[in-house]
Order: sequence, then C-alpha cells, then structure tokens
Amino acid sequence: MARKSGKPKAKTEEQPESPEPGHEARGTPGFEIVAREDFSDVTFLLEVRHPAMAKAARPGQFVIVITHEHGERIPLTIADFDRDRGTVTLVIQAVGKTTKEMQQICRVGTALHGVVGPMGLPSHIGDAKKVICVGGGLGVAPVYPQARAFKEGGAYVIGVVGFRNKDLVFWEDKFRACCDELIICSDDGSVGIKGLVTKGIEAAIDKHPDIDEVVAIGPPVMMKACAEATRPHDIKTMVSLNPIMVDGTGMCGGCRVKVGGKVMFACVDGPDFDGHDVDFDDLMNRLRRFVSEEKRAMEKWQENCKRLNQEPYTPDTVAERGGSGSAAAGTGRPS
Amino acid sequence: MPKKTIRTIPQNRAPMPVQDPAERVENFAEVALGFGLEDALIECARCLDCPAPACVDGCPVGIDIPAFIMKIIDKDYHGAYEILSEANLLPAICGRVCPQEDQCEGVCPVGDTLEPVAIGRLERWVGDEAIEKGWSNVPYVEPNGFKIGIIGSGPAGMACAADMAKAGCDVTIYEALHEPGGVLRYGIPEFRLPNDVVDAEIANILKLGVKIECNTLVGRLFTIEQMRNEMGFDAVFIGTGAGYPKFMGIPGESLNGVLSANELLTRCNLMNAGKFPNYDTPLDLGRRVSVIGSGNTAMDAMRVSLRLGAEKVYCVYRRTRDESPARLEELHHAEEEGIEFHWLTAPVEILDDGEGNVRAMRCLRMELGEPDDSGRRRPIPIEGSEYEFETDMVVYAIGTNANPILGQTSNIKLNKWGYIETDENLASSLAGVFAGGDIVTGAATVILAMGAGRKAARSMKAYLGIRDTAAVYLSERSGSEGTLFGIPAAERNFARIRLA
Ligand SMILES: Cc1cc2nc3c(=O)[nH]c(=O)nc-3n(C[C@H](O)[C@H](O)[C@H](O)COP(=O)(O)OP(=O)(O)OC[C@H]3O[C@@H](n4cnc5c(N)ncnc54)[C@H](O)[C@@H]3O)c2cc1C
Ligand SMILES: Cc1cc2nc3c(=O)[nH]c(=O)nc-3n(C[C@H](O)[C@H](O)[C@H](O)COP(=O)(O)OP(=O)(O)OC[C@H]3O[C@@H](n4cnc5c(N)ncnc54)[C@H](O)[C@@H]3O)c2cc1C
Ligand code: SF4
Ligand code: FES
Repeated sequence: MARKSGKPKAKTEEQPESPEPGHEARGTPGFEIVAREDFSDVTFLLEVRHPAMAKAARPGQFVIVITHEHGERIPLTIADFDRDRGTVTLVIQAVGKTTKEMQQICRVGTALHGVVGPMGLPSHIGDAKKVICVGGGLGVAPVYPQARAFKEGGAYVIGVVGFRNKDLVFWEDKFRACCDELIICSDDGSVGIKGLVTKGIEAAIDKHPDIDEVVAIGPPVMMKACAEATRPHDIKTMVSLNPIMVDGTGMCGGCRVKVGGKVMFACVDGPDFDGHDVDFDDLMNRLRRFVSEEKRAMEKWQENCKRLNQEPYTPDTVAERGGSGSAAAGTGRPS
Repeated sequence: MPKKTIRTIPQNRAPMPVQDPAERVENFAEVALGFGLEDALIECARCLDCPAPACVDGCPVGIDIPAFIMKIIDKDYHGAYEILSEANLLPAICGRVCPQEDQCEGVCPVGDTLEPVAIGRLERWVGDEAIEKGWSNVPYVEPNGFKIGIIGSGPAGMACAADMAKAGCDVTIYEALHEPGGVLRYGIPEFRLPNDVVDAEIANILKLGVKIECNTLVGRLFTIEQMRNEMGFDAVFIGTGAGYPKFMGIPGESLNGVLSANELLTRCNLMNAGKFPNYDTPLDLGRRVSVIGSGNTAMDAMRVSLRLGAEKVYCVYRRTRDESPARLEELHHAEEEGIEFHWLTAPVEILDDGEGNVRAMRCLRMELGEPDDSGRRRPIPIEGSEYEFETDMVVYAIGTNANPILGQTSNIKLNKWGYIETDENLASSLAGVFAGGDIVTGAATVILAMGAGRKAARSMKAYLGIRDTAAVYLSERSGSEGTLFGIPAAERNFARIRLA
C-alpha cells in the first residue's frame, strides 16, 4: 500500500504489510516495527503496526513502550498515526539506556515487547483562530499532530521548531504542509533564526497581536521559558508534561505533577496542562529522581555492548547493515 | 467412627512451617512453606464436621468447607479439589491471602475454646496439590455463541471470565498492564504469593478457552460503548480495581523519595526492580524507609523494602495495633522480621535535605478517643507532641481511590466517590454491562472481588438467557462415589451434552 504522506527516502527502511500481529497475553509476537528512519545520530523514528491504536489515537496522546522482557516501561508521544496503514509513529531521542538501546536494536521486522495506549487525555483542539505550535528537542515530533489538528480545524497555524543545528532538522516538510508560517530556530544560527524557540515565539507575537493560543512541547526548561514568554501577553499556553511514569494508567502516582497548587497524575489528568499554572521546578526536581540509577544502567549497558563486540551506534551502522530498503537485514529475522 | 468432640480432637493446630525470619529477610522466597500431608491430616482431624457449619456461612463464596475437609480425611484429594474449585476458582491464592480470621476461621466453634481449624492452610494445601498434580476443573463446554468482554484481569475479572466460559461463552479479558493478574501480580509480593502460583491459576482459566489480551487500556483504545455496539460483545464485565493511590496533601510530598506503595510494589513485583540493572526498571530505595499505613499493602511495602536491603523500616500508623486492618499473619511476620512500629503516630510534614530529597519526617503523637462511625476509636492528636525523625524514603499505603479512566470515557453512572454504581445484581447503568470487585466496593479483598465476579456472571447469564446450571455444579455431599444421578462428577455439566 502506498504511503499517504510523502517521506524522505534517506535511511528509511520499509516493509510490505503483513497480517496484524495481535497483542494477546503470552507467546506474543509483540508489536511489529514496520518502518524506521534516522533523522540524526540521536533522533530516530519508528513506525509500529497497531491498527486499533491508529484508529483510536488523537493528538496529544502517548503510548507506553516496553522494548523487551527485561525492559522498563517508557512513555513516548504518538507523533503521527496512519489509520489506513494501521500504524502509529514514534519519534525518539536517544538520551539514556532504554532509548539508546532502542536505537541499537529496533529494526524493521523486529517487534516491541509491549506497546499500550493511547494514553492520556487528547489535547483540546478548541476553536482558536490563530495558534503557535512550539516544539523543541524531543518535543518537535509530539507537537506535529496538534499543529495538524489545528490546521484541520481551520486555524491559522504558526510553527516554531528549535534544533541545536542544521544537521538535526527533521520533518520540515511535514510542518510546512500544515503550518501557515514556520519559524526554525537553531542554537548556532546554522538554520533559521539564531536563538531559542522563545525568540521565535516573540517574533510571531510581534507580527500577530491576535494569537489565541500557544502550544509548547519540549524539555521542561524550554516549556517553562515559553510559558514565561507568553505570560505578559496573557496568551493561553498549553504544555505537555513528561514526568517519569511506570504504568501510565493512574495506578502508581509516580507521574504526579503540581498544577495550580493541586497534585495531578499526568498520565490520566494530562499530559497537557496550562503552562501558566505548572510548577516546573517541581517537575525538574522529580525528573532528577533516578540520576544515579540512570548512570549505572548506562555504564552497564555500554560494558555489555563492548563485551559483545557491538560497535556503538551511528546512523551509518544502520545503513551498513542494510538499513535502506532491505528490511530483513540486520534484524536477526529469518528471511 | 465415634463422633468427634472438642475434647477428642487434636488440641493444637498443626504448626505451619515457615522460613526463619533472619534468613527470609534476605530473600524473596515464600515465607510460609505450606503444610505437608501429615500436617494437613492433623489439621483435618480437628474439624468437627458440624451439622450446620458456621464456616460455610462465614466464607464469602460459600465453600463447602467440611465437605472438602472430609474428602482429605478420606484420602480423596482430587475430590477435595473438586469441591473447593466448584466455589473458588483460585484456591491456592485464596488459601494464602484471605483474611480467614475474619471469615471462616473467625466463626468456627473450635475457636471458642482452642484455635479454630486452620481452614486457609488446608485450602492452600489442596490448591498446591492440584497445581503439583496438574489438576484442573475443566468441564465439557458446548459453545453457545455469546461473546463476553471482561475489563481487568484481577480476581474479579478472572472469576467472571471462568464462569462465563464454563457456560459456553466466548470470553476475552482485556488487561491494561503487560501481565495478567491485577493486584495478585503487581501488588502482592513473591514471598507471600509466588508468581508461579498466580501463573498456574491463570493457566487454568486459559484452559477454559478464555483469551487474555494484555497491553489493552479499555476506555482509551476503545470504549465500553464500542465494545457493546461495534465489537460485538453481548455483555461486558468491568473489574478494573481501585488502584489510584491516595496521598495526604501534607507539605513535602513531591520530594524525591516519596512514593505510593503501589509504585514501590509495581516496580518490584511487576518490573523486577530488585534485579536492576539486569532489569531496566530502577528503584530509589532509601536506607531508612517509613511506610504510612498499616494494612496489607503497607505490610507488603515494608517487607519488600527490607528484602531489597533497607536498613531500617518503620511503620507509621495513627491508630493502634488492634485497629490495624492487615491480615493477622502478615502483621506477625512483619513483627518477626524487625519492622519498627510507630503506633498512634500521624505524619504532618516531610522535610527536604536541601536538594529535593527526603531527609526526615515530622510526626504528631495521637491518643484514642471516642469510637467513630466505623466503631473504631478515633485517634486524636496530642497537643505539642510533634517530633522529627530521620528517614530517606516515605511510602504511602493509606488506601486508593477509583481509577477515573472508564468514567472519563463512558456515560456509565458513577457514585459520588467515582466508583461504578450497580444494582444488587451488579448490573451497571449501561444495558449488558456489569461491574464488580474493588471498582464497585472500593478496596476490599481478593475473595470478595472473586465472589463479585461470580455474582456478576450469574446476572449476565440471566440477562443473556443462558440457563444457569449452578444446581448441577454443586458438589454432592451425600453421594460418596462422586456421582449425581449416576453420572460421574467429571461430566458434571451433562445438562448441556446434547444427544446426537
Ligand atoms: C508523556 C510523555 C511523552 C514523551 N514523549 C517522548 C517522545 O515522543 N520522544 C522522546 O524521545 N521522549 C519522550 N518522552 C521522554 C522519554 O520517556 C524519556 O526520554 C525516556 O523515558 C528516557 O529513558 P532512557 O532509559 O533512555 O533514559 P534515562 O537514562 O532513564 O534518562 C536519561 C535522561 O532523560 C531524563 N528522563 C528520564 N525519564 C524521563 C521522562 N519520562 N521524561 C523526560 N525525561 C526523562 C532524565 O532526567 C535523564 O536526564 C516522553 C515522556 C513522557 C512522560
Ligand atoms: C499490596 C496489596 C496487598 C493486598 N493483600 C491482600 C491480601 O492479603 N488479602 C486479600 O484478600 N486482599 C488483599 N489485597 C486486596 C486485593 O488484592 C484486592 O481487593 C483485589 O485484588 C481486587 O480485585 P479486582 O479484580 O477488583 O481488581 P484488581 O486486582 O485491582 O485488578 C484490576 C485489573 O484491571 C486492570 N485495569 C484497570 N483499568 C483498566 C482498563 N481501563 N482497561 C483494562 N484493564 C484495566 C488493572 O491493570 C488490573 O490488572 C491487597 C491489595 C494490595 C494493593
Ligand atoms: S465450623 Fe470449624 S469445626 Fe465446624 S465444619 Fe467448619 S471448620 Fe469444621
Ligand atoms: S504513570 Fe503511574 S500513575 Fe501515572
């Protein structure tokens, strides 16, 4: 089946459709990865077959992924969904053990042990006439479905996306397709405006005094800065919080955040909240909860890789292992 | 055989072999090792086989207790299992976790003078025997074409699923987590309820043809209304439990090192955080762990912390030991293992170490006043009794609220606390949708959840017009050959065997 949205060809693995894997309890084949794309040496995309989820997913929702039997449950935003293909798309930044390991082992044709969702309340796509959708770092992909939904709802959409430099830019075409204006910001000025996304927001507000709403997704520091940038203008600013989660069903309370002085569970009451009410310092402190464990996990994994003689990941290793085009190669799958 | 009397029966309970406290705090192996056959026979000999057995009324699912005990005495262990499993689908689990002292054992007249018959331990013995021998109670089932959806794979969901499958329905359980079992899996730890036992009981349910689909969050992936209207389910049962942990709202609760017992237990039991970094899920266990609350959940959280290597574990509870809602046996075991209990103590503030972590807790001493509505004496703070003690982890085990997801995504009627409202037959406000277990009653027990699942199954059958064959399922106490109308018990659902 032909893919609807145009996709860059570089380092893309694709595979023809196969029967639905199913997600029964035991002895499951898991959730099949049908496409992978590497945007840079830290950012990659996985497209996972899950027809029921593709049907149910709405902008702003996320999934919990378990890579393998010994893996942890990590939350990832549904960056795109394709109801015809029956797939959901995740865009992942390799920051720690689990995400780096995913970068290493998640190939087309392999399967994720668990994928559950869509979780969280869908974003409220109101009747705003003019919105700014801001994405920075790992927030660029997650803000895309909201930008698209606003566009489909008839709003004038200004996209503001931030990257460290030119080489890290991805999905420019997708954003251009759903934004009336797109402002790219880079730390070093190698593309778009030099500076943080807040600079982009200010430029947009200067040009359009009638902005109804800002949606900002990214690291907590960035979302905090965005909320501060819009506060003087009194523009409603929604942010998507990313606290540490376990179950994602409201059962553990690990994801609790402080919003407007009240305690909320981000996985069931969020993840979107009014940025002007969020206690970001609290969130940032809670994200530091496992620093030493994260470091230990990373070291142990790197040692393992060394012992097993696995070269550390680079996008080229994917290509060398037959990344582009041929699906089965490098996946350990019998072909 | 002369009639047994309280004077002629063995006066003391057969002792339950347990792992030595000093040894067991170092491991996750089961604490209570279980009866051997000899112990079981001694204990059975203590049963008076009452003509009007109080224990049966005391059992929430009405197990014919003296009948299964007499089968053990007759050395018909399989027969004992048959009787047990007619009423209780999870005997090896309930034998381990039921609060027997408040149920069957609490009303056994032997307990008036001696210690009551150890019914729970006998139940466990039979359950374990069945697992070891691979017995299961799988009747001949003729499909009836009805499709049943069950939400949640805890004891309530499993019980309802099993009964509907036995009636011939095509049953699918949807579970949000990646492993089935509900609290039995993520909450109750290995040393009290080994995963092997949970697996074995779940395997019996799969043998009935029940399908379990994990990784499925109902309400978000599809709604209850969609199950009824689009997915072709003739009836739906909701058994989603009550796991939505409560916090107290005192200052310092968002510090790192403060977490719910559910989180601690899930990380450890479901995600194997104890084996980090071989498993990826971490746990920031403190050196000195304080657990607030004194129920089963609190006991489990404390004893897990000990086993994971905490140096000191404190229990902080605002009432006294007498009011503690935990199973007596767990309280005993926790005391033996060296948990430090701070009764009549209420936390008022959790203190920061300056870097966003827990350093200490400030508490208030309490005294007991007049009885409140629940009949328990109300704890009253003692003026000026505030004190501080050092701790680096604070675990909340003070109960749970209803999970909001199904309410958020469906028109089903909830009560004012957010639990699902049902009539006395467990029918909800949506036609064909039934609910039971903790999501209806609030946090309760395994056996009550199971009982609710079975009750809902009966209502579902009535709703669908399936003839309830309960009458022929009942064990026949008088017929010693295990037959009913001359047909062997193994074919007990003969009512549905059609003559070709
Ligand atoms: C609702 C939600 C949606 C998310 N969507 C995405 C997404 O679309 N793409 C993506 O790449 N990431 C997303 N994240 C973040 C992602 O879950 C974490 O990056 C991941 O859990 C890190 O795991 P790790 O083992 O690789 O790194 P770790 O070694 O565990 O952590 C490395 C660093 O990441 C930070 N971190 C750890 N856990 C989280 C977390 N849950 N959220 C944010 N930072 C964390 C830590 O502070 C640490 O500095 C989302 C998080 C949430 C809660
Ligand atoms: C730590 C702990 C120790 C306990 N110890 C004892 C004990 O010793 N003895 C005793 O009798 N009782 C004990 N209890 C209480 C007992 O476990 C519960 O009362 C019982 O498990 C309730 O059963 P349930 O089927 O209603 O719900 P649960 O066992 O809570 O199962 C509900 C299941 O539904 C799933 N679910 C929730 N929402 C959804 C959704 N939207 N879609 C799909 N699936 C969903 C959940 O993931 C869960 O697996 C204990 C409880 C805890 C927490
Ligand atoms: S009440 Fe006690 S003595 Fe009587 S039948 Fe039951 S277990 Fe036996
Ligand atoms: S992740 Fe466990 S309650 Fe939100």
